[in-house]
Amino acid sequence: MSNLIKFKIDGVECMAEGGKFIVEAAAENGIYIPTLCNMKGVKPKGACRICSVRINGRLMTSCTTPVTDGMEIESESEEIRELRRSIVELLFVSGNHFCPACEKSGSCELQALGYYYQMMVPRFPYEFPQKGVDATSSKIIKDQNRCIFCKRCIKTIKDEEGRSFFAFRNRGHRTEVVLDPVMAEKMDDATAQLAMENCPVGSILVKEKGFDKPIGTRKFDKQPIGSDIKL
Amino acid sequence: MTKKITIEPVTRVEGHGKVTIHMDAQGNIQQSRLHIVEFRGFERFVQGRPYWEAPVLVQRLCGICPVSHHLAAAKALDVIVGAGTGDGLTPTGEKMRRLMHYGQFFQSHALHFFHLSAPDFLFGVDGDPAIRNIIGIALTKPELAVQGVMMRKFGQEIIRATAGKKIHGTGAIPGGINKNLSIEERDEFLKGADPLNADKMVSWAQDALDFFKGYYHANKDFVDNFSYFPSNHLSLVRKDGALDLYHGVLRAVDADGKKILHDIDYQEYADYIEEEVRSWSYMKFPYLKEYGKEKGWYRVGPLARLNTCDFIPSPLAQKEFEIYKALTHGKPNNHCMLMHYARLIETLHAAEKIHELLNDPDLLGTDLVTKGTKQKEGVGLIEAPRGTLFHHYRINDNDQIEMANLIVSTTNNNEPMNKAVNNVAKSVMTGKEVITEGMMNAVEVAIRAYDPCLSCATHALGKMPLEITMIDPNNVVLDQKRSH
Repeated sequence: MSNLIKFKIDGVECMAEGGKFIVEAAAENGIYIPTLCNMKGVKPKGACRICSVRINGRLMTSCTTPVTDGMEIESESEEIRELRRSIVELLFVSGNHFCPACEKSGSCELQALGYYYQMMVPRFPYEFPQKGVDATSSKIIKDQNRCIFCKRCIKTIKDEEGRSFFAFRNRGHRTEVVLDPVMAEKMDDATAQLAMENCPVGSILVKEKGFDKPIGTRKFDKQPIGSDIKL
Repeated sequence: MTKKITIEPVTRVEGHGKVTIHMDAQGNIQQSRLHIVEFRGFERFVQGRPYWEAPVLVQRLCGICPVSHHLAAAKALDVIVGAGTGDGLTPTGEKMRRLMHYGQFFQSHALHFFHLSAPDFLFGVDGDPAIRNIIGIALTKPELAVQGVMMRKFGQEIIRATAGKKIHGTGAIPGGINKNLSIEERDEFLKGADPLNADKMVSWAQDALDFFKGYYHANKDFVDNFSYFPSNHLSLVRKDGALDLYHGVLRAVDADGKKILHDIDYQEYADYIEEEVRSWSYMKFPYLKEYGKEKGWYRVGPLARLNTCDFIPSPLAQKEFEIYKALTHGKPNNHCMLMHYARLIETLHAAEKIHELLNDPDLLGTDLVTKGTKQKEGVGLIEAPRGTLFHHYRINDNDQIEMANLIVSTTNNNEPMNKAVNNVAKSVMTGKEVITEGMMNAVEVAIRAYDPCLSCATHALGKMPLEITMIDPNNVVLDQKRSH
């Protein structure tokens, strides 16, 4: 039996199966809500907050909030856009994101959101944190300067027994996502490639094949992020 | 009583520099120096980065000839990935890079000649500074200004088609290139609407050469005597002695044309070339080890290249080369201002090579990258528009760069530029107490002939104006002028 419900995003009438997370339900109706930590097929956790929307006066993360009948969602108001822009800016200043020399440039979701929200210069001071580059694996480089702690690699890059190749190390301000040194030995080329593709930024790079995609053919060269969803 | 004159900032050059001139009580010039006062850092912050990032990262040294840095770094990394030294790439890989490089030469030389130097030829070294610039050219000789702008545009479009972007592209990768040329792109350059096609560019390059030759014949005494001094000359040449801007062996000749560096493999450059550090400049002073600091310094760039090569492998430029060589009876040319003449012959050569390459089906090939046995160290040399450019990298076991050494064209020309400044200062300022704008520009004209990229030379960030100051022995400033 169909469980279709009605709801509104920015005043637009939408329909979706009840219980779906808002970000998915919106996409089905041709409405793009940005995400960074969220990935299809992976349990959401609302870590990055970039998908924040306002529902009944409250800010909620749309990747973790199920849609309900009659729900009225505010997503593209100036207030929400400004909030999302400031999240993007904070991510930029809290790492060392130097797009000009990054091979993920043009395919980077954070950079694409910077353009999407017309970020010019971050209003917050750059932290220029001292971060390292772990290049000890024979397959990948883990550049901590660019990691945004989205956890996508931890959740999606696993071996056939479900063990993750990546893990958190340390706590608080010293937290970093690292490649498990034991698991690293088992990493094959396809897994390394998937890890790079699933990373929304340029923190995971496959070794020895950088910049092989010409400018003009990269993910966001032709269309801004979200264009595949927007009607 | 002695005086010190400072020119700061130097204008119509890339980067930031100043000139100091020391005079004795009788107004004789004791010493003149070109100071490069900017921060140097790229060699350090490329350390720890994955080696394949280098061609994209280090090209940020410059916005005028990033392609030269991009390609020099890629050539060094070709060695590291086992693709050999310049001749190991696939035909498509090498020819796409060459096309990119000739496009770069064409646009950079056009920029230098039309935008930076032509105002001095049109309005005179001591002409009104209010119009002695590209705007002045646009107002008085609009056809010349349009020609300069469109030639630059054509070169930039070639770069876009080969590197993906007009400035700071990503085309060259270790072992080859990341794209070929499409038929549409090729046809656009060959058959594009007037004036943006290869035929027109060859013809305009000839016109620019004729313009300079006209200026030269009308001002022969000035051009021949302006900052003339003998020097050694160094550049890459093809193995058969031809002018080759992309690859070859390293050759140097002395002021009389005698070979003093005998076509060496540039992987061994460090055995032949050393760099001296002087406390008053961030820019180092390279010299040929065998001849020492005093006698081993050399010039690079257009003048040097046409002094070291035996011939030019393109017909129209070769014809002009023969006329040019006849001026000095086949001997090396040591005239500072004839650097412009040599530059325009190279511009014509670049246009001819672009035309030739566009008709080469290899550009449409799909075999783009070569790799072999990995090495730990590699050197890449290229002739940048301003002269020989050295990139040298060493990597660790984890594919990270652990050492980088860059000797850029302007650094190679450091000693000659200082000599040029000294010569001009002696001829125009000796005995003078007050600095005129014309005197100051004369010093700048000498620097400008080298087309220096001062921020490149110190691998710096920021703008580049020049200043002149006159100071007495007690360090009291007598006079000071700034140009913006």
